[in-house]
Amino acid sequence: MTSNAVALSERRLGKFGDKYFAGRPQQVLLRNWLSFKSSAWIAVVSGFLEPVLYLLSFGYGIGELVGNISTPGGDISYAAYIAPGLLATSAMNGAMLDSTWNVFFKLNESRLYKAMLATSLGPLDVALGEIAWALMRGGLYATAFTIIIAGLGLVTSWWAILAIPAAIIVAFGFASFGMAITSFMKSHHQMNFFEIFLLPMFLFSGAFYPLTVFPGWAQAIIKALPLRQAIELVTRAMNGEFGINILVNFTYFLVMICVGLFFTTKRLNALFMK
Amino acid sequence: MTEMLIQARGLTKTYGDFVAVDGIDFDVAKGESFGFLGPNGAGKSTTMRIIGATSVRTSGTLTILGKDPEVNGPQIRAHLGVVPQQDNLDNELTVSENIFIYGRYFGLSSSFINKKIPELLEFAQLEEKKDTKVEALSGGMKRRLTIARSLVSEPDILMLDEPTTGLDPQARHILWDRLFRLKEQGVTLLITTHYMDEAEQLCDRLIVMDRGKIMAEDSPAQLIKTYSTKEVLEVRFGSDRNQEMVEVLRPLADRIEVLPDRILLYATDGEQLLEQITAKGIHPNTSLVRRSSLEDVFLRLTGRSLVE
Ligand SMILES: Nc1ncnc2c1ncn2[C@@H]1O[C@H](COP(=O)(O)OP(=O)(O)O)[C@@H](O)[C@H]1O
Ligand SMILES: [Mg+2]
Repeated sequence: MTSNAVALSERRLGKFGDKYFAGRPQQVLLRNWLSFKSSAWIAVVSGFLEPVLYLLSFGYGIGELVGNISTPGGDISYAAYIAPGLLATSAMNGAMLDSTWNVFFKLNESRLYKAMLATSLGPLDVALGEIAWALMRGGLYATAFTIIIAGLGLVTSWWAILAIPAAIIVAFGFASFGMAITSFMKSHHQMNFFEIFLLPMFLFSGAFYPLTVFPGWAQAIIKALPLRQAIELVTRAMNGEFGINILVNFTYFLVMICVGLFFTTKRLNALFMK
Repeated sequence: MTEMLIQARGLTKTYGDFVAVDGIDFDVAKGESFGFLGPNGAGKSTTMRIIGATSVRTSGTLTILGKDPEVNGPQIRAHLGVVPQQDNLDNELTVSENIFIYGRYFGLSSSFINKKIPELLEFAQLEEKKDTKVEALSGGMKRRLTIARSLVSEPDILMLDEPTTGLDPQARHILWDRLFRLKEQGVTLLITTHYMDEAEQLCDRLIVMDRGKIMAEDSPAQLIKTYSTKEVLEVRFGSDRNQEMVEVLRPLADRIEVLPDRILLYATDGEQLLEQITAKGIHPNTSLVRRSSLEDVFLRLTGRSLVE
């Protein structure tokens, strides 16, 4: 009996990547949706809350002390000044939650990927599906955050709507890279690496103050970090600054996405096809 | 000529210096129920993973449905139903969602799968549990669900790695009954087991594996005929006397095996042998006559028991 599965996979025969890609990453997304439907919503909300709390406490608390900030586009409140950075952080958080701990669990404890890869799915389907799911969460957080800052009157122009696609690119980059690194992690212990890296990156990436407070060499290091790139991408998109600079930020994330996907696929193959 | 679905020649898998599968040859015909019988560590699961195109062989050739799993992995997997040794159900989903999404992984349409779900739930006797999260199921139910799930894509070959290990006797019998139905429907089954009764019940033909090698290959009945006698007389004298009785008993039986707690005497007629022994004034504490089984075959071939 020729089943649909057989017909489908044979249609891909000889196509580019048919060993790694069945062309069905959306089924992995569907699986996550089924599981999410009945899961604890509180986990979703709590991940989102962090940047919002920073915005409220720092923006209005410290904002009271700092007063208005002058930017090339005119004077803005401190809360408005930190909003794009926190938006980028929110996209990052959303993407990293799913692509790190949740992926680690599925890789090592629940044997979910093992089950998926015993079907006619390929490792690239799994990687793309999981990353897409993580980036949707990042995109969701960023969208909700944009609505909140708009409601608080912290956006200055209609360009702010571009924050959402920018945040999705950011989330894609972090999800892809995060999953790639997670696939190499061997223990819970090693997973703490993410926390050790993410918190300083958040504090020093200039979400709360301009990078010019640091000496030149430190600025150069920070500018190479993904969160700094994310903040620049989101800020520039929200201000409608389209030039070579935003292109550099965009390219940075494009590379992050591709490198992440490449290594995730390779690693899944090595882990489950040995 | 019967169609061969699987052909392996010199199939070998090494992990570092360790040889897990050591150059094995076998063929599986369409509609056949083919078994791998062997103790833990024999290399059964490794062989299954290689056939399932989720592990790469080190050397040898392997053809499944005319294709090489190393080259055409996904196309081969599309034809297989896989029940791994350890269940890998999706614990976060319900029973019917598990079947549904598994079918989706194979690229089957929702309408096709939804039509199949009631039938598969009935097969697995899980109709009442269809909206229950998998986590809450018993071991036997999980096993039946794993099998039902693997059938959603109507596979040409169903591979079961130790289908009943860890289940209680009742759950095992339910499962055997289900597998028997599949066999009757003409599904090609590949079964690994370290239970000789399971192998006898389910397999048309089997290979006896030990330490990565094939020790023998035939139907269960023929294996018993070749490697054992018709009957076995089991006698016990108590652990300290067993050893001294061996020399006295050895000339009487066709063959003798000494286990830690008992002595096995192989003969065509067990009762007659027991009479001979008692006539000589030897009185074992307990005695039992039974038919030879695959356990005896394994003991003969390797000098060890299947289940340690
Ligand atoms: N991934 C692996 N790495 C190293 N050794 C392995 C691996 N998988 C199996 N083995 C070894 O190969 C041998 C055969 O294992 P397996 O195929 O699981 O046997 P069985 O299923 O017959 O119990 C065992 O000694 C096992 O320890
Ligand atoms: Mg095994």
